Amino acid sequence: MAEGIRDKVAILGMGCSRFGERWDMGAEELMEEAFAEALTDAGIEAPRIGAAWLGSCMDEVNIGKSATPASLSLRLDNIPVTRVENYCATGTEAFRGAVYAVAAGACDIALAIGVEKLKDTGYGGLPGLEIGSLPPLWWPNLSAPGVFAQVASAYMERYKVSRDTLKRALAEISAKSHVNGAKNPKAHLRKPVSCDAIMGAPMVAEPLGLFDCCGVSDGSAAAIVTTPEIAKSLGKHPEQMVTVKALQLALSNGSEGGYNDWDGSYILTTRKAAQRAYAEAGIKKPRQELSMFEVHDCFSITELVTMEDLGLSEDGGAVKDVMDGFYNADGQIPCQIDGGLKCFGHPIGASGIRMVYEMYLQLQDRAGERQLKDPRYGLTHNLGGFPHQNVVGISIVGRYR
Amino acid sequence: MIGITSFGAYVPRGRLNRAVAAKAHAWANPGLAAQARGERAMAGWDEDSLTMAVEAARHALAGRRVALGAVYFGSTTHPFSDRQNAGVVAGALDLPEAVASADFGGSLKAGTAALLAGLDRVAAGREGEVLTVAAEHRRARAGSVQELMYGDAAAAFTLGNSDVIAEHLGSHSVSTDFVDHYRAAGQPFDYHWEERWLRDEAFRKWLPEAIRDGLARLGIEPGSVDHFVLAEPAPRLAAVAAKHVGIADEAVADGLHGTVGQTGAAHASLMLAAALENARPGQTLVVVGFGQGCDVLAFRITPEIAQLTPRTAVAACLARRREETDYAKFQAFNDVVTLEKGLRAEANPQTALSAMYRKRRMLLGLVGGRCRKCGTPQFPAALRCVNPSCHHAEEMDPHRFADEPARIKTWSCDWLTYTPEPPAHYGMIEFECGGRFMADITDWDLGQVSVGQPVRMVFRVRGRDAQRGMIRYFWKAAPLATAKEA
Repeated sequence: MAEGIRDKVAILGMGCSRFGERWDMGAEELMEEAFAEALTDAGIEAPRIGAAWLGSCMDEVNIGKSATPASLSLRLDNIPVTRVENYCATGTEAFRGAVYAVAAGACDIALAIGVEKLKDTGYGGLPGLEIGSLPPLWWPNLSAPGVFAQVASAYMERYKVSRDTLKRALAEISAKSHVNGAKNPKAHLRKPVSCDAIMGAPMVAEPLGLFDCCGVSDGSAAAIVTTPEIAKSLGKHPEQMVTVKALQLALSNGSEGGYNDWDGSYILTTRKAAQRAYAEAGIKKPRQELSMFEVHDCFSITELVTMEDLGLSEDGGAVKDVMDGFYNADGQIPCQIDGGLKCFGHPIGASGIRMVYEMYLQLQDRAGERQLKDPRYGLTHNLGGFPHQNVVGISIVGRYR
Repeated sequence: MIGITSFGAYVPRGRLNRAVAAKAHAWANPGLAAQARGERAMAGWDEDSLTMAVEAARHALAGRRVALGAVYFGSTTHPFSDRQNAGVVAGALDLPEAVASADFGGSLKAGTAALLAGLDRVAAGREGEVLTVAAEHRRARAGSVQELMYGDAAAAFTLGNSDVIAEHLGSHSVSTDFVDHYRAAGQPFDYHWEERWLRDEAFRKWLPEAIRDGLARLGIEPGSVDHFVLAEPAPRLAAVAAKHVGIADEAVADGLHGTVGQTGAAHASLMLAAALENARPGQTLVVVGFGQGCDVLAFRITPEIAQLTPRTAVAACLARRREETDYAKFQAFNDVVTLEKGLRAEANPQTALSAMYRKRRMLLGLVGGRCRKCGTPQFPAALRCVNPSCHHAEEMDPHRFADEPARIKTWSCDWLTYTPEPPAHYGMIEFECGGRFMADITDWDLGQVSVGQPVRMVFRVRGRDAQRGMIRYFWKAAPLATAKEA
């Protein structure tokens, strides 16, 4: 068994642009906003970066193909830059590239930068995805809310939860993120919303209403990573240092969508990736050991089942935990303390790195008004694709000492 | 003995209440009220003559395992002018590719022309039965009489020389350029001449004469005809012709005007299917296709008709109905108004014809695979088994899912994504035999879709590429009859 990534790589600096409908900026400018902050935070000059990974998802808008837009915009020093794309888990994929490069010793310092410019389409919601030549001939015109809403139908069926009960719990999930997002100056949506307003919102995909869906945002996030030794040599204190404890990825192989076993009420790949990540990080009882986490709350129902898939709530127990406030800012394991995709926003290629950014700030006691008390481990969960066919990236970060 | 060996029909379950359409146009044409009685069949947005033909053909073939030598498809509204429509039907039925196929069109006689050609093929002793199908998705201008009177439907027959339920006694055809209506190539709508002229010159003169000649040649006394099936273009015309021929009024078959509407080239076939549902051994049946001349076909019902398993034909289709009182929806489905569809509707992927050909059994026939090691049926077929405890790598045996019982495992209705009929319904469809896939759901009733609901897979339009003129077909899940349709 491979020994894993734990404590081999430290985060030297991070940056994150303000997320939102950035009508004033394209992807190039958004990247600069995140990159400049990350460089300052790392305390290095750009030429120290030995390799970079760019995460961007939507070719249809945004910056098109290849990593050249990052290399050009950031005037990188003719270093290797690789564009990665793995649906909405793209950000974590870019982070993974940079972290593995450092761990492998291929370079001393690596950059992961994710960006998405979504608000150049002319309509709300995500742009349609190019899906190749065969799928358009037989797939339904899937939308993200339409496929994730399927999970709700299966969850209600499996646990005999009424639609009203589920809607109420989903509303609590969104309301909690609105409360948290209001305290985040970089968040897209910064207004608390009542559960009644959430439940009364127009339907997008049964049973998900408008407030069950995350923001469609422009934004960028960046991480500069290196080894703990180099970080120390650059003046970072081990007590303040945040290292990567686990980094796992799991992809569907067709069984959920093609074999009559999966019941649709959970995300299989989240369960696989979480178990591997806990093992890699040495976490045995996540409900007791995790301090906080950021999940891929593209929709409220995704957040609900992810709490079970991560082993934090019992199967079928997330509704009760949510109603008990277990995941609220003042609960036992705060979830989406930065507002999550729901309110911080979801510029796809940036999201996975944005999640790490919040964990990094919290672990360094730099999260301002939303700072949690003495967090030790933070988990990020980045999910791309469809419940029946997807990519899940999980990272666990924590204090080095 | 040669003749009809089986039959089936399909009528879309949507039925436009004529009164609501007439009322919408009453401001300009209060006279439409005269046509406002009853309802007409209305194809869904994802139906056309081809998809209806497939469904009627499935019903005709149900319960019978016969080798087919040819597929003939009569219509004046074939979706393709140059792509074998009958070949697409054959593909959707997953027939072996060694089969002849031909489209018949150009006149409302196209349905009976296909029937005649099929009977001739069987009479010539060619191998295999013949599937003939007639279908029509008729378009008419908003506010026209035709909009109220037309209907959409399909009917299909198999023809052969054993298990014959209706022996073909012979036929007689007349071609005369009597143009009561026409539609030039590329035109969307028919152009009609006065109905009184049609009645007086055709149904009182040359048509009864032609029918009389035909019956005389076949040695059939008009008074002995038990079922007179004349695809009349307007109500009561068949009775006029029957009277002039000397056929008893009781023998005149219902023109289905109050329930389906006039279905053009499909109408004689549809009425014939309805007549067969009620025919008794020994009875004489005369079918007349009308359109710039006529085809007269005579049949005698055989005792074999009692052996044919019960099937979905006109009666079952009439029972499966959903009243539509939203005339705006009818207009949208028939593309007679320019609707706002939203920017999402602009997405228009190319149809890769090479991929479509490679995967033709998958796309047209809903054929997946069955693992040769663990036996798991799966869709689509793959080179490695989808069963997580198998993953055996070997070419799979083909497995057709079209007629497999299935249920809705998960679902949603989606107001965001583009569909001509929001909200888009789709879900994970699970087959009882094994296998599942995320599929469009069609023929839904808002608020009536649920987990566990049984569905029937149906061949429908997936999307239309207006820029390139391509129509993409695939299979969808239709919830089985709910109480609302009773």
